Amino acid sequence: MLKFKSRTSAFSFNSLDMRSSFQFLLIILFLAISPKSQAQEKALAPENDLCLKCHTHQTFTFQNNLTKKEDKRMMNPLYILDKNHFATGVHAKFKCTDCHSADYTTYPHNAELKLEPLSTCLDCHGGDAKYAAYQFEKIDEEFQKSVHFQKSGESFTCSKCHNQHYYQAKSRTSSEVGDIVSFSNDMCMSCHSNNTKFQLINDTLKPALAKIHEWLPNQELHFKKVRCIECHTQVVDSLSVSHNILPKEKALKNCIECHSKNSMLEASLYKYKNIQSRSEQGKLNSIISNKSYVIGAYQNVWLNNLSILIFVLTMIGICIHLIARIIKK
Amino acid sequence: MSENKIYLYPIWVRIWHGLNALCILTLIITGINLQFSNPGFELINFNLAINLHNIAGILLSVNYLFFFFGNILSSNNKYYRLKMKGLFKEMTVQADYYTSGMFKDQPHPFPISEKRKFNPMQKVMYVVVMYIFVPGVIITGLALLFPETIIKEVYTVSGIFITAVFHASLGFLISIFLIDHLYVCTIGKHPLHNFKSMINGYHDLDEH
Repeated sequence: MLKFKSRTSAFSFNSLDMRSSFQFLLIILFLAISPKSQAQEKALAPENDLCLKCHTHQTFTFQNNLTKKEDKRMMNPLYILDKNHFATGVHAKFKCTDCHSADYTTYPHNAELKLEPLSTCLDCHGGDAKYAAYQFEKIDEEFQKSVHFQKSGESFTCSKCHNQHYYQAKSRTSSEVGDIVSFSNDMCMSCHSNNTKFQLINDTLKPALAKIHEWLPNQELHFKKVRCIECHTQVVDSLSVSHNILPKEKALKNCIECHSKNSMLEASLYKYKNIQSRSEQGKLNSIISNKSYVIGAYQNVWLNNLSILIFVLTMIGICIHLIARIIKK
Repeated sequence: MSENKIYLYPIWVRIWHGLNALCILTLIITGINLQFSNPGFELINFNLAINLHNIAGILLSVNYLFFFFGNILSSNNKYYRLKMKGLFKEMTVQADYYTSGMFKDQPHPFPISEKRKFNPMQKVMYVVVMYIFVPGVIITGLALLFPETIIKEVYTVSGIFITAVFHASLGFLISIFLIDHLYVCTIGKHPLHNFKSMINGYHDLDEH
């Protein structure tokens, strides 16, 4: 007989200090009007409940047939899911068995199931007209040229960067450039600032990023405001296919590629719909609703024309005055 | 020394002015380079321009403190005191002189003396530049040098964006002032006379 006994994290009313009834009421009220948590709970497929009963916790218990006792073991940290985070991802409505073997529904799981290859992203997304805009085939083509694939081959799967349980199509859905940047950079940083993950595919320690980027003025600001892939991939004039991560010596190091009127960022970060729609609102709006500023790339036509006008009028005034002085002399 | 010469520019003013001129020129050239950089047109390497702009900006800021406190501690501040009463009329008189009187050999309405170094137009211009434009460009420049100190967003507009637009606009106005300043300095019996005065400190009253 199977027994599930997970360390529960559910809110325990018994443990509440009831001394302050007002505090208690506030908590109740908060729980009642917290639409996010309710929505998240609803979003998950009910078929997953059984799986998540163990796979959201640090430990699991099972009936050990050898010792005839109930055993409590630690869960492999890589197999622990954050349920709320999962509910925000693009695959939130999926059943676990959509990607994992249906045989996982038996417990304890058959050890041999681990040997079965998992479905890859392209198994679902490849050749599907519904996802044509995402250009998965082109992404795959670009990725195969990348330093990640060149160094690690097939073992460098999509999920190394795009966690299939939590991934969000931020660049298409977010209205905040900052969100897009941090979401994208967190993908890189999940390995490049974490030796444990970095060493899953490397024997060396992670590179010292701050030191390598010492040449970059206002380094912190750049890290916050621009995606790593802006300089570290070959920019393709299309959303989301910039998957060709270049070897470090080929990374962009020329400031004016971004800091100029025809900034490269226009073809990459600012290519996104939310930025486009903003610029489509007209020039006046683009002046008053700018959420970012890039030296050199920001060239407002009105301000440029006004400054040229002031400069020309000044020079004409001086010339007329000078000519008058010369004639008078 | 001729009796018609007055010592108008003390040594500290001339040192400050010289250093200020050097910094402003560097800042304008590198500033234009940063604002209008393009792969096809790069007068100075972008990174070098950034470094030069930062160094010149910090030097200018320190030099401004020198000017500011020098003016407080010395009698030089008297030239910068604006009396609002009759100021507009005085400015009109000076403007008339520049546009018409000087061509009719009329006498200068506000001749230079130890009590009056600047004519009314100069005075207003210098007060605006030295007590509004330059401090403004310094404050916004220092903020951009430490962008983490800038308010993140002001009514959905990036704080850095607003600061940068102010910084570039003030920088532009200072550039226009510089052009005017240099040209007006050539007005006199000899176009280089005022430039010489700013080097040796003496103003020749006969030359005016």
